[in-house]
Amino acid sequence: MSGSDDEKVHPTIERVARESYGRLVAYLSVHTHDLGAAEDALSEALLKALTAWPRDGVPQNAEAWLLTTARHSIIDAVRHQRVVSVSEPTLQLLQENTMETNFSTEFPDERLKLLFVCAHPAIDPAMHTPLMLQTVLGLDAARIAGAFLISPKTMGQRLVRAKTKIRDGGIRFEIPEPRDLQERLDAVLDAIYAAFGIGWDDLIGVEGRGRELAEEAIWLARVLLQLMPNEAEVCGLLALMLHWEARRAARRGHNGRYVPLSEQDPKLWSLPLIEEAERHLAVGSKYGRPGRFQLEAAIQSVHAERGRSGRTEWTAIVGFYEQLNRISPTIGRRTGYAAALAEMNRTEQGLAVLDAVDQDAVSAYQPYWAVRAHLLQLLGKGPEAQQAYDRAIGLAEDPAVREFLLQKRV
Amino acid sequence: MQFALLIYESPEAFAARKSDGTDAYTGAWRAYHKALEKAGVFVGGDPLEGPETGTTIRIKDGKRGVQDGPYADTKEQLGGFTILELPSLDAALEWAARCPAASSGAVEVRLLDPQTKHRITG
Repeated sequence: MSGSDDEKVHPTIERVARESYGRLVAYLSVHTHDLGAAEDALSEALLKALTAWPRDGVPQNAEAWLLTTARHSIIDAVRHQRVVSVSEPTLQLLQENTMETNFSTEFPDERLKLLFVCAHPAIDPAMHTPLMLQTVLGLDAARIAGAFLISPKTMGQRLVRAKTKIRDGGIRFEIPEPRDLQERLDAVLDAIYAAFGIGWDDLIGVEGRGRELAEEAIWLARVLLQLMPNEAEVCGLLALMLHWEARRAARRGHNGRYVPLSEQDPKLWSLPLIEEAERHLAVGSKYGRPGRFQLEAAIQSVHAERGRSGRTEWTAIVGFYEQLNRISPTIGRRTGYAAALAEMNRTEQGLAVLDAVDQDAVSAYQPYWAVRAHLLQLLGKGPEAQQAYDRAIGLAEDPAVREFLLQKRV
Repeated sequence: MQFALLIYESPEAFAARKSDGTDAYTGAWRAYHKALEKAGVFVGGDPLEGPETGTTIRIKDGKRGVQDGPYADTKEQLGGFTILELPSLDAALEWAARCPAASSGAVEVRLLDPQTKHRITG
């Protein structure tokens, strides 16, 4: 095997692994419900590809090659365990093996069922996103742990526990019934958005620690849209994340300085991403079913409009926040609403919105304190503003945001 | 549960202490301390003088060995500790991530060991 062959094959394996991972795990586990076994078998197949492909060339249907190899490895595992009673679905999977040629080109895409399993109400909501990242995208536990600020060992244990529950707990791999669909889909959307790591929008916002997963979240939303092309909120979620992603380059200035949205140079925003976001938003709005994500995306769309018009239509943003707060008034949305009111010189009213929030609920919520400090400063309430800035600075995780607020505090 | 945040700081962070307290690092610490207090999780803690002021002693085979400086010769050195009362390790890691030393040095989170303390103190 020559080095150059290796160089060509490795990116191919990476690409196939990335594009096919979720499809293969979903297909291998949809009958057995055993995600762990499917993942182990697939990792083994990928390892084999690392030696076989540089030697024999990349197979014409790489995905089918991986599937066949992974199935063999599941069969081997079953034989080695000398399991007395192999479960019915596993037996079925093994029998299908004799008809290998039939599925060599096409096999059904079961990823939608897998997404619904990951966000099943019987699974701890905190584990919905990690499960998706691992089973659909193949991310390792250590990387997921870093993004979620959990020790890698603990994250590994929690993932194993969740998968055991999926295997043994009677959770069905299926598309929910129409009467449950909306609620179940909401859980899937929330889990994808949690991977994106930004729960609010703003003047003085923080980039969540999950930002390294932003691309993965967009990938998941694209998969979901491909599988459910007629769901307005799926369009909304993808549009929202694309709008955020479009501004990535503008969020940092010289020496990594934090640049709030209102001071960003729109020339640094990605026009293709904004245009794509707008297309999804337009498609979503045709269904006439507004929801949280479409409204959040609409707010970001108004901000993006500044790139063309040079000004921000705060009246529209305030209107969208009012609709959002009627649907579900989270702390993040109330904070964003208060900030938007201040932009319209309704600062007193904005402060009243913040005053109405339960103080215990925001004792560790940084954006609330950043906006509160800003509003108090606008109202000339110096000492109170300083107190609020201290809370915001003390709760900030990003050193650039901390630096920005320390300068504003003075 | 009580957790100790062991604060490992860079030489630059130790140097910042020599200023009059108006530097950004000290300002960040003041704000962090206030946030801990307001959230009702602060139990105690203290900064330590710089590692070059430490003296390390060990007795081996009855012989006393005394060494100038810290126990381990690493770039980042123990600069202080904070004890927090929190419901879980997850919560402790959240607070550790907000610690100003986390972005310039490192913060190690450890559970206190009250059983051993009880065996020792009775």
